[in-house]
Amino acid sequence: MKEFVMIYWSEPLGEIKLTPEGNMEVSKEWENWMGGIAAQNKLVSPGMRLGNEGRTVKPGNVVTNGPYAEIKEIVGGLSIFRAESIEEATEWAKSCPILNVGGNVEIRDIIQMNG
Amino acid sequence: MQEKELIPHLYRTEFRKIAAVLCRSLGIEHISIAEDIVGDTFLLAAETWGLKGIPQNPAAWLYTVAKNKAKDLLKRNAVFSQKVSPELKNSASEFHETDIDLSVQNIRDSQLQMMFAICHPSLPAEAQIGLSLRILCGFSIDEIADAFLTNKETINKRLYRAKERLKQVKAKIELPPDAEIDKRIENVLTTVYLLFNEGYYSSSTNTVLRKDLCLEAMRLNHMLTENKITDKPAVNALLALMCFHSSRFEARVDSNGELILYEDQDISLWNKGLIKQGEHFLNRAAQGDVLSRYHLEAAIAYWHTAERDSPQKWEKVLSLYNRLLIVEYSPIAALNRTYALAKVYGNEAAIAEAEKLGLDQSHLYHSLLGELYTEIDKRKAIEHFTAASKLTKTSADKNVIRKKIEKLKH
Repeated sequence: MKEFVMIYWSEPLGEIKLTPEGNMEVSKEWENWMGGIAAQNKLVSPGMRLGNEGRTVKPGNVVTNGPYAEIKEIVGGLSIFRAESIEEATEWAKSCPILNVGGNVEIRDIIQMNG
Repeated sequence: MQEKELIPHLYRTEFRKIAAVLCRSLGIEHISIAEDIVGDTFLLAAETWGLKGIPQNPAAWLYTVAKNKAKDLLKRNAVFSQKVSPELKNSASEFHETDIDLSVQNIRDSQLQMMFAICHPSLPAEAQIGLSLRILCGFSIDEIADAFLTNKETINKRLYRAKERLKQVKAKIELPPDAEIDKRIENVLTTVYLLFNEGYYSSSTNTVLRKDLCLEAMRLNHMLTENKITDKPAVNALLALMCFHSSRFEARVDSNGELILYEDQDISLWNKGLIKQGEHFLNRAAQGDVLSRYHLEAAIAYWHTAERDSPQKWEKVLSLYNRLLIVEYSPIAALNRTYALAKVYGNEAAIAEAEKLGLDQSHLYHSLLGELYTEIDKRKAIEHFTAASKLTKTSADKNVIRKKIEKLKH
């Protein structure tokens, strides 16, 4: 078993208008998706959602306002999973709700650093 | 009350009160002595009340006798350490001449403090429960052995080792400091919940004892809600959970000791008072923004008990199981989540999810799949139920499964 991070990239979700019902639907989707993986005992940490504000510090101590954006997308959050392989994790990512709002999932393996 | 029943009744209600106060006065190193003093007090009661008649105020009589025995002990030891053996004066423990205060307030405080001393993280869970039953609940060694389905020698050994360990780690009989209190309350709640489950899920046929265990767990939990420092949301959530569960106690087992499944229970046997209490504590638990796993479990129990016919029930229950699993995985939660999923999205979807769970060595997994396949594929359903029957250990479960297989074959 190895550990992987999933990073959820999308346009800042605040920009996308969601109806009150739409909002609840998004929650339910995430709950069902993550709950399904958690039920397999493969969720290490739900991680966190990130806000839309931010600061980016570049070399030379240049500070810009806002998150680090890849064209228009920013990191919306990340979670940690436990899987046999990156292929297994990738299969789960295919049903990640961020894809429904035009976002992307980046899957990275975690390098264990033990002193 | 009949004289014959009076002393056992008082044992159950007063042993723990006196023991707690004495333990606090004498110190953690002398729990056994405290137990002995209370035990001797009840022995004396049994001897003299038969001859001289029951005193006007039996509890007060017990308190007075116990107090005097303790004071005598303290005096003797003060004399010993002063006159007989001065070189021992600087040893680890010294008796102090303190007043043994058996007021209502001190009894309450002492019991709460003993709860934290006994539910100490350095003791294994079994030891915490055993010692809780003995000191906090006033159970006899026989009763504890019965509860754990083991024998007196095992329990005596377990309690002895537990007390030695508490001495070793110098466990303090006091409420933990602010910095630690939340973590320590978590420990206490874990033990209380385990104690409750001993009663609720036990395969012991002693129904009275099992109910007692549940009631004691709830009583201990309730004590925590009565003190401002320990009256936390999670504490109220666990109490709500236990109220909802125990409301169905009467309906769960039939006169032959066989388990009656939730869907088949006679709702008129559900205790409405306990359900109301559950709702009351669930409301109290809704303070602040910390959501413990007990909150989620209590909410699930609420939907199964107070709102069992509500149309949005299964959506809510699924959502709660998702959140519970995200907080903490357990195979039972995974299986229950899958059942809720079936109710919301249909059996086929649930079967697909179930097969990913990796629980095919569990009889509960096969029982679930048996259920889910029942309307879809009778052969597979029977296959799974048969597997479940082979894997389960209790005869109650085997009976339930056998009936389901028979139903399918017709």
